Formats: sequence, C-alpha cells, structure tokens
Amino acid sequence: MPTVAPFDLDGHVIATQFLGDVPFFATAAGEIRRLDGGEKVTQAHQGMLTCIKDPFSTTLLTGGEDGKVMRIAADGSTTQIAEAPRKWITVVAGGPQGSVAYAYGKSSHVVLSDGTAKEFAEERTVEALAFAPKGLRIAAARYNGVTLHWVNTTAPAADLDWKGAHTGVTFSPDGRFIVTQMQENALHGWKLDGKAGEARHMRMTGYPAKVKSLSWSPKGKWLASSGAPAAIVWPFSAKDGPMGKAPLELGTRSTIMTTCVAFHPVEEVLAIGFIDGMILGVRIADGKEALLRRPGKGAITAMSWSSNGKLVAFGSEAGDCGIIDIAA
Amino acid sequence: MADIAPQKPVPVTVLTGYLGAGKTTLLNRILSESHGKKYAVIVNEFGEIGIDNDLIVESDEEIYEMNNGCVCCTVRGDLIRVVEGLMRRPGRFDGIIVETTGLADPVPVAQTFFMDDDVRAKTELDAVVTLVDAKHLPLRLKDSREAEDQIAFADVVIINKTDLVTPQELAVIEEVVHAINPTARVYKATRSGVDLSRVLDQGAFNLERALENDPHFLAHGHEDHVCGPDCDHDHHDHDHHHDHDHDHHHHHHHDHGHDHGHDHAHDHGHDHHHAAPSAIHDVTVKSISLRGAEMNPDRFFPWIQKITQTQGPSILRLKGIIAFKGDEERYVVQGVHMIIEGDHQRPWKDGEKRESRLVFIGRDLDREKIEQSFLACQADQA
Repeated sequence: MPTVAPFDLDGHVIATQFLGDVPFFATAAGEIRRLDGGEKVTQAHQGMLTCIKDPFSTTLLTGGEDGKVMRIAADGSTTQIAEAPRKWITVVAGGPQGSVAYAYGKSSHVVLSDGTAKEFAEERTVEALAFAPKGLRIAAARYNGVTLHWVNTTAPAADLDWKGAHTGVTFSPDGRFIVTQMQENALHGWKLDGKAGEARHMRMTGYPAKVKSLSWSPKGKWLASSGAPAAIVWPFSAKDGPMGKAPLELGTRSTIMTTCVAFHPVEEVLAIGFIDGMILGVRIADGKEALLRRPGKGAITAMSWSSNGKLVAFGSEAGDCGIIDIAA
Repeated sequence: MADIAPQKPVPVTVLTGYLGAGKTTLLNRILSESHGKKYAVIVNEFGEIGIDNDLIVESDEEIYEMNNGCVCCTVRGDLIRVVEGLMRRPGRFDGIIVETTGLADPVPVAQTFFMDDDVRAKTELDAVVTLVDAKHLPLRLKDSREAEDQIAFADVVIINKTDLVTPQELAVIEEVVHAINPTARVYKATRSGVDLSRVLDQGAFNLERALENDPHFLAHGHEDHVCGPDCDHDHHDHDHHHDHDHDHHHHHHHDHGHDHGHDHAHDHGHDHHHAAPSAIHDVTVKSISLRGAEMNPDRFFPWIQKITQTQGPSILRLKGIIAFKGDEERYVVQGVHMIIEGDHQRPWKDGEKRESRLVFIGRDLDREKIEQSFLACQADQA
C-alpha cells in the first residue's frame, strides 16, 4: 500500500520536480521549497509562471511575472539567465550544452552557455517552446502552427501549419514526432521523418476538456494526456504514430476529469492526477490500477517521479501537496 | 473528502474607448482612489499609467479564431494566458480590469470570458465600459466602425470631456449613443470623473443582476440613465422620444438627430456643425426593440437558437426579459454573437405586467422578419 507524506503549502503549486532524490515544490507566489534534510526555501521570483526540469542537466528552469529567467541548482542556488523587464515569462525550455530558451510576445530567445543570446522573430505570440532531443533546434508553438529554428545556423525556419491556436508543444523522445496542445480540446501532431507527399498530420481529438498535461513513456512508445475523465494514452510505436489507432483510456472515472499525467521514469506505469485531487497509478500492460492518493482540496497541477521511480511528488492548485512512497 | 467551498468568480471589467477618450485617466482614478478594493489591470501598453503596481500586466493583443467554423467565435489568446496566471494567486485583488487599445474590437475580449472553460470557471465578465470623447465622437464615427462597435457593445457608456462641447452638441452625442445602444447606462463626465460605483461591479452579464439593476431596461423614457456630475443639464431633449412608439425607435432617432444638428448649427454657428448633423448618418449599428405578450417556450427557444445561429455574426448584443405562459418566474436572456445564455431570474411581482421584451443590437438585421417571427412565438398565437 502506497503511503502519502503530506507537505501542504499556501497557494497554487505550479510544479513539483526531483533533482536527484530531492523533491522541489514551486508555488505561483515564486517560492521553491525543497525537502533536503529539512525544508529549505528559495525565493526565485516575484510571481512564478513556469518551472520545468532541464532535461539536459540536474537543474530547474523558471520564468516569472518579474520578467526573469532563472536556473535553480540542486542546492537551491539561483542564477539569472535573462531578464525582460515588465514582461511575463510564461515559457522556458532547457536545451543541450547549457542552452536555455524563453519567449515573450512575438519573439523566441535562446541563451547559450557562454552567454550568447539569439532572438527569433515569430509571426504570432509564442505560446510554448521545446528543444528537439537532438541538435540545437527549438520548436515555437503559436497561432496556426509551430515554427522550427536551428539555433546555431542560418538555415531558414521551417513552419508546420495547422489552423488554430497551439498552446503547448513537445517532441517525441526519438525526435520523429512533434505534438501540440490546442486551444480547442485537441492535440495535433506532425510526423517529421515523412517522405515528400506523405501524410504528415495527426489529429487527436475527442477530448471533453482542454489538454493541460502531456507525458511520454520512458522509451516514447506512448503519449499520455489529460483532458478527459480518464488518461488518454496514444500509441506512438508504429511508423505513423497513432494514425488510424484508438488511444488507451486508463484510470476511467465517470465524470471526474484528469488534470495531470506523469510516466514512471523506467516502467510503463502512469500516474494520473484528477481535478478532485485523487491520484491513481496505472500499468499500461494490463490497465491495473492502484490508488496512490485520495481526493484532496484541489485539482492536481503537478506530479513528478524520483529517478529511481519509488516516489511521486505532487501538488495541487489549492496548495496541498506531498510525496507518495510507492514501495511502502 | 474535504469540503471545497466554490471560489467566487472574480469580476472582470472591460474598458474600451478611442485613443484620447480618457481611459488612462479613469484607470488612474481606479488605481489611486481609496475605495478599499484592489484591481489587477491588463493593458496593452503601460503608457501613461504613472502608477507603479505589480498588478499591472502588459499584454500583446492576440486574437484567435476558434476552430469551429464560426468566424465570430474569436477570443483573446493573451488574456487566457494572463488571466490564468493571475488566477493562480486570486487573493491579491478583488477584480480584473482589461483595457483595450483604442481600435480594439471588444467582442473577442468579452467572448474570452464565455468561450474558454478555464477562464470562465474562475472569472465573470462584469461589464463592458466604453468611454466616448464628446468632442471627437462624430469624427470617430466617420472614420471607423470600431468607435461604433465599442458603444454598441457597451453596458456602460461614459460621455467624457463634456466641457469641450456646447449643451447642444452634447445633446446630439447623447442621441447618437442612444441610437446605437438603447440598453446601455449612459453617464456624462469631465476628466473621466464618473462615480466609480457606476463603473465597477455592475453585474451586467450576470443574469441574476443584469436587468434587476436596471428598472428602466427597455423603458421608453431614458432620461434617468443619463446623469453625471453636470446633471443640471436641460433634459428637454429626452422628452422628444419619451412617448414615441417603441417600434420606430431607430427611425425616430435618425430624424431627430438630423433636425437637432441643423438647428444647432444655425443657432450657434459652431465650427463643428458639419460633423454633428452627419453623426447619426454614420451609424451603421441599429437596435431592434421587441415587445410581445407571454411566450410559448416550445416556440421561443427554437426561435432564439435559430436566430443566433443564423444571424450570430450580425448580432453584437442581445438582452431580454421573457414571460412564459404558466411560468411564475421571469426568464432573462442575453447574448454575444452566437453565444446565448438564459435563466430564470425571479418571480413576477404582483401587478407587474407579464410581457416579453427583447433588444437586438447589430448590423444588417432584418427588423420585420425578426419581429414577425418573435411575435409568432407568443403563446396565444395560433
């Protein structure tokens, strides 16, 4: 039976992350609290809008209402990467060799580890950014599609067009697919390795609510999503991704919406957070469910697994958060 | 399971008006006067707001068409993002004010608060407040449709800078505003000096409150709506339409404004006399005020659905109080383009006339067809 160690905070929890085995909890007010032999606090921003784990290092990257982009090290120390006074930084992304991308308004910015800053003008406001898993390349999601930029070359930008507002973007771990979240209750995908003339679009629709959370399975065979009264899990192992295939529906509850999904780092096990604060763990192979946390005070807004896959740190919009020990 | 008290939605005021109409002055008053409330303000540019406040957010206007095949289903993408961010720390403010640029179409702003589920869950559109520059309105109406749209879409219109025009010119401006939008509450002011209780917390989109607050909704006499610090103005001009046939509202105003302007020009020889008489000619928005007996719900609902579906792009706003036969409660409806909401509001009072009233404000609306089909929904209609 999993056990939950509650760790309640004031206000909306925007992210929970593990750096090594230390859990970090980030609040909308701008504090980052870590449980490292006692509770330690870092004031990262005056108002925090985003906090992600850099996939290429053991640090966090954050953006705030104060216009700052920060890197947070495992010991809680902060380094300012960039500042755009009076702008809200709602999107940041971590890339290879210490590079960081962020955006505000109609431009994407990349800061390299040596401090070199690059700016890419976009047609429309940048809603989300992601680095490709290989090569120094970023994808910027915007109204009517995604624009891809090579950071270090003068190669022209490539546009992936699809009508509508794209509010989130992610590459598959093997780099063969790009998937966006949309303002409509849908995902859209592009196959990047298609031959000329081959159908490249993937429409993933049927959600009753907006998709707020996406998570790739460890080897990229599956993409889990929130936005329905179950986790909707699309198969990406075939050459054409989920085209012509039905998704799995896991952890189905009749009317209670999922708000957050997070795959285990090694196994094909998915943690599913719901709008009422409940968390389920579900195994893909047989759909077997385990209750990880009973309903709480608010919708689950953040979940992450420790690298050994034994702990899940979670947080909600109401501030109730904690750590689930799966093995206990 | 823990008890979760539903969070009260945060009211959102949309402030529109042409450049120079006095939006910044009004915003500065809202931010600096002591009224015991705090507001988060979303502006396009910090511009002239001389107040340092971490609740002022700059945002690039970003209009998104929804992917549902409806051209009028537009939202402001930037507002979705900013409101979502603000609402993660709701304890910091009592309300949100969205200031639009002078040329902005207020419709996507308003629709954001109906069409985005997350925004809708946490906020509530309170009112669209439009500032009008009394001196320059006639020119603005000539230049653009936006000035007209902003008035047509408003719940509250503040005719500002009244000290820069003659009483006669002001009377024409009032007529124009009323011709464009007979349902708005209109106040007159200098230096945006209108009582803030007339601007904030109006509940204009709240079905419970909207029409309750406004006993004169669709009444013929409109003079009580027009008041301001300079309330000693001559009210006589309103008497003209006081007893007029409701059904000819628009035409009446057309003629009236026309005559008025000419008289005024001759009497005073003011240098704006060419602009004033033409102001009403430049109005392309019209309102259709309907009045009928008790309705048959089985006819009314399909009718209003159909009309908003087929003519939604032409309808800027609609508001109404409907009496259904055999129903002890008033039913209120309101709409923005194709979005329509309705609910029971309160029991009919003793002696209150059970009749149905509905106003459409829009362009290219076929008055005759709409009126005939509305009257065909009456319960005693064969």
